[in-house]
Amino acid sequence: MMIASPNSFTITHQLAEHFYAQMLLIRQTEQQFLELFAQGKLNGTVHTCIGQESSAVAVVNAMDTQRDIIFSNHRAHGHFLAYCGDVEGLLAEVLGREGAVCGGIGGTQHLHAGNLYTNGIQGGIAPCATGAALAEKMKRSGAITTVFLGDGTMGQGAVYESMNIAALWQLPILFVLEDNGIAQSTPKQQEHAGDLSTRAQTFGIQTFTADSFDVLALHQTTVAAVGLVRQQQCPAFLVVNCYRLGPHSKGDDTRSPEELAAVEQRDPLRQLELQIDPEQRQLIQQSVQQRIQAAVQDVLGRPFISREGKE
Amino acid sequence: MSQQLTNLESLRSALQSAMADDETVVVFGEDILDPYGGAFKVTKGLSTAFPNRVFTTPICEGAIVGMANGLALRGMRPVAELMFGDFITLAADQLINHAAKFPAMYNGRVTLPLVVRTPMGGGRGYGPTHSQSLERMFCGVPHLSVVAPTIFHDAGKLLRAAIASDGPVVFIENKLLYPLRQQLHSTATIQHDVLDPEAEYPTVRLRNFGAGDSADVTLIANGGVSRFLPSLLERLADEEIRLQAVLPSVLSPLPPIAPLAAAAADSGRVVIAEEGIATNGWGAELAARLYESCMGRLACPIVRIGAMPTVIPAAKHLEDEILPSETTILNAILKVLS
Repeated sequence: MMIASPNSFTITHQLAEHFYAQMLLIRQTEQQFLELFAQGKLNGTVHTCIGQESSAVAVVNAMDTQRDIIFSNHRAHGHFLAYCGDVEGLLAEVLGREGAVCGGIGGTQHLHAGNLYTNGIQGGIAPCATGAALAEKMKRSGAITTVFLGDGTMGQGAVYESMNIAALWQLPILFVLEDNGIAQSTPKQQEHAGDLSTRAQTFGIQTFTADSFDVLALHQTTVAAVGLVRQQQCPAFLVVNCYRLGPHSKGDDTRSPEELAAVEQRDPLRQLELQIDPEQRQLIQQSVQQRIQAAVQDVLGRPFISREGKE
Repeated sequence: MSQQLTNLESLRSALQSAMADDETVVVFGEDILDPYGGAFKVTKGLSTAFPNRVFTTPICEGAIVGMANGLALRGMRPVAELMFGDFITLAADQLINHAAKFPAMYNGRVTLPLVVRTPMGGGRGYGPTHSQSLERMFCGVPHLSVVAPTIFHDAGKLLRAAIASDGPVVFIENKLLYPLRQQLHSTATIQHDVLDPEAEYPTVRLRNFGAGDSADVTLIANGGVSRFLPSLLERLADEEIRLQAVLPSVLSPLPPIAPLAAAAADSGRVVIAEEGIATNGWGAELAARLYESCMGRLACPIVRIGAMPTVIPAAKHLEDEILPSETTILNAILKVLS
């Protein structure tokens, strides 16, 4: 494991600060989206991952972002920002302004940057990711593919079709289940029989389990899963038990105050904060805040994207 | 000589040459490995020649096309086979919400060179779920091409064009055309020419009369119904009825309307025929476009021929009543002439 070295204390601290900065960037960017929506400046919808940032940060940082491939879903801001950190491009995308990563067409759910692809159809990306894994295996690029799924998506047949083929053909793909226990408004127990964490075992896919509350531990588990996928050129299943602190999109949270208070206690950002030197923490907070404020000001000042010249 | 090939041989040899020419071409489908070589044998020999690039899959049409999408996004040129066209509904999400969306919704920053080949059509007594022509359901999907050869097209050349294309293509093969020999040149009674030889997916014109004359009637048709044309053109020639048949090979998006409208206006009388259900079909869109382009030059309303809007029965005599035939097309031609 990467943390078990003589100066592991320093490395852990550096990693914690790095993760904290990324998680805070994701949290505050999404809070900014909600605010812009409330101000009537952001059209449509956004699905925030508030409370789940650690999953994006831990998993993406365990990958080789120069060559590895990521497929994500409707709740993708965290994965996108952990992958490329392009706050301006993402802001411009959801605001329909010049410089948008997908020309304002994709919006919040349909993002592409480098080797990251997202789509808003539940489960549809699973076979796409499996095909990407096959492509990289055929090309002998050494790249692995990660696909982020939610617990609600585990109802889709496409996921199991993909796991079957990934195991049958031994493809280098990591299926990540971000299990926040709720699909839009419906609790997991009302949607799924049995235990989601055992779903991959029947295909002979090794399963790893971790909790999003502790980003460093989650990262360690992911490093092990990614290592297996890359070295053995085989699939793996990573179950991340996580907690959605916010609504599905906006104002559609029907959970009781007691439930919300309970998930509030599992905020990985607050947990990580305790492990960061206060002075350092303040510096990171200031820097992230300035970055986002500057980005918002910059992007809101840009012209709207025109359809001119498009088919 | 290429005109001696059957439709099946032409397609098979195109797959062979596409794989030989480009190592990014990969082929997927159910039961496609040798010695079986696919339910309709289009892939026969491929897995022997290219064992590492031909994959037999589990029964999972959604994942077959989904995987092909992922391969296409990552620089490969996948050709997926769906054993029966009826099963394409299982892959509709991957075609409509993934293949056709990725390049456009990522603002043109990715390409998606995907071909989904599938046999459509009835006439073999396979019944309600193995006989349909469902291509009309994919016509009109933005950024998705639907291509269907007739026996008057070089099917293999069309397939090579589809494989070379950087966008997703649904490639429709009519089951009854497979054993028929392609007719790519004029004969003593049928003039064969191509309206747009430079096009990626050209439109063929057949005439049972000499150049210089005008047609009495224009038949615009696609895919499987082309098998009726050799006989139909000759029968009408015997009756001294000048028929021109216009056969687009791309069903969606429609090819440029001007040449089709010119052909329609030339006779002023138009029949449109397809094997699929005519209601909300390919012909409905085509007719609307023709009315927009040349209504004033038409002598009578356009008549559309297609399958009756019901399930396709398994019993042969019942199936025959549901699907378009040489007789139903002939009757439609006589109707617009009267």
